[in-house]
Amino acid sequence: MSDLNKLISNLKSTFPQAVVNKQFNEATLSIYGNEIIKTLKKLKTGSQFKFLQLIDIAAVDYSQYPQKLFDNNRYAVVYHLLSIKNNQRLRVRAFVEDNNFPVIETATTVYANADWYEREAFDLFGVMFLNHPDLRRILTDYGFIGHPFRKDFPMIGKVEMRYDPEQKRVIYQPVTIESRNNVPRVIDEEGFRNG
Amino acid sequence: MAEIKNYTMNFGPQHPAAHGVLRLVLELDGEVIQRADPHIGLLHRATEKLAENRTYIQSVPYMDRLDYVSMMMNEHAYVMAIEKMLNLKVPVRAQYIRVLFDEITRLLNHLLWLGCHALDVGAMSVFLYTFREREDLFDCYEAVSGARMHAAYYRPGGVYRDLPDHMPQYQNTRFSRPSETHKLNENRQGSLLDFIEDFATRFPGYIDEYETLLTDNRIWKQRTVGIGVVSPERAIELGFTGPMLRGSGIEWDLRKKQPYEVYDKLDFDIPVGVEGDCYDRYLVRIEEMRQSVHLIKQCTKWLRENSGPVISDNQKFAPPKRTDMKEDMESMIHHFKLFTEGFHLPKGEAYAAVEHPKGEFGIYMVSDGANKPYRLKIRAPGFAHLASLDEMTKGHMISDLVAIIGTQDIVFGEIDR
Repeated sequence: MSDLNKLISNLKSTFPQAVVNKQFNEATLSIYGNEIIKTLKKLKTGSQFKFLQLIDIAAVDYSQYPQKLFDNNRYAVVYHLLSIKNNQRLRVRAFVEDNNFPVIETATTVYANADWYEREAFDLFGVMFLNHPDLRRILTDYGFIGHPFRKDFPMIGKVEMRYDPEQKRVIYQPVTIESRNNVPRVIDEEGFRNG
Repeated sequence: MAEIKNYTMNFGPQHPAAHGVLRLVLELDGEVIQRADPHIGLLHRATEKLAENRTYIQSVPYMDRLDYVSMMMNEHAYVMAIEKMLNLKVPVRAQYIRVLFDEITRLLNHLLWLGCHALDVGAMSVFLYTFREREDLFDCYEAVSGARMHAAYYRPGGVYRDLPDHMPQYQNTRFSRPSETHKLNENRQGSLLDFIEDFATRFPGYIDEYETLLTDNRIWKQRTVGIGVVSPERAIELGFTGPMLRGSGIEWDLRKKQPYEVYDKLDFDIPVGVEGDCYDRYLVRIEEMRQSVHLIKQCTKWLRENSGPVISDNQKFAPPKRTDMKEDMESMIHHFKLFTEGFHLPKGEAYAAVEHPKGEFGIYMVSDGANKPYRLKIRAPGFAHLASLDEMTKGHMISDLVAIIGTQDIVFGEIDR
């Protein structure tokens, strides 16, 4: 894949302040959140890039990640781009500043389909998208409290729903099940697999 | 003069044309749609969160339940992401089996889509015919995995087991007539490959039957031609993939452009549409079914002529043989470690995508070096398609909305995840 190396050198020359890395034959461009719109616009319109299609947006909560990345920023918004013309993929990872109230500029001005992806990232991670036309919850229930995919949100949730025969309506109550984890999360020490 | 105002109407989530649990809030001017606001998430199960708390192998069956009409394709993207990060080589025979079952899955998906789309638009009988064929394909699933839908057949490093030598047969019961049972078993006398080959010879005739019912049908054309037109530029902008993109005339198929498994060794064509309307997308999918049959034939031919392992022999990631475990201490330990702690993925992130029947189905995996994913993001094609529903339906009638939902091939398992 010499195309990939060419893409990486193009990225390095166009975005000197960003971190470009290559892993598993994929290119990742890591930037600070405040540069996202500038970067996406260049990637979409630049003649050597032509990333016309936004494939996906994923938010990531790095709070429990063993390695600290980009000034210890907790949230990253990851954009997957596809260039149909050059048959290339690129991942843009934007670290969002302020761990308590993460805000990043919306990408809907560059890619029309960012709308729902950003609503999803807002719903599940609580990342705010500045100037988004319609930032509502999308996947969780009407009136849901909290952002379920954050690492500090329990897997079993906080509330459960049942029909209350006395009040004759559906009510929310604190969860009655217990969290169960049969397989502990294990990270091997450096060089463990090499004997 | 009467004052005419727009009014808001709720559509679904229990409407039969809502394909499961779609709730739409429609703003109407008479019968013309001004705005459609899909409310999704009624089937949200937080698969991505669940996967963060399970080992890599434990999450395979969750993938089946995403897009529950093309089960094995979801597993395929998932195991491909793992294999990519582990740099795990898949034996050639397993690659052919995967392609074979990917194409069977594509037929399963397109048959359901065709039946439901036609049913939504008002042609009842197509539904009955397509479900007849789906039965045979489910039997193929059952023969290899034991499950008719949620197979959990693809594993990191290959597939769980080789194709069976005998196709399971119908048994006589006190409700069945022996002569009928015998008739049902006629094409099940040989191996699974014989059965699939028999199906592949019969199936093009069935597609002709569907086309007789629909392609030149005046009502079908009135309901689909010129409905939900998307220009090629707009289709890219809206994140369309798969038949939705190809229906608009863009020749883009991951099987050709970014080939995985053995697709680069096989011969098949990519159908594209011209107008970008519902009718063209229908034609594209019909032709895709024909191409799938062509691919299935090539795979069965290869699989007959070649044998070999179907799962990687790297026992750090693929389970050892049952017989080895009885005698070999090393295998025993491997088995124990694999099914308790599971294997670890190297630190980093990867994205793997397959050409799912609905579009590009991708898995974005972030690993911190543990035995569970740090973050898993599922890129569901239907999510992007449904997001464009507002734009596609604007100015159309409510009845066209139903045709557009049909043409988008909406399945809520993958959209809500």
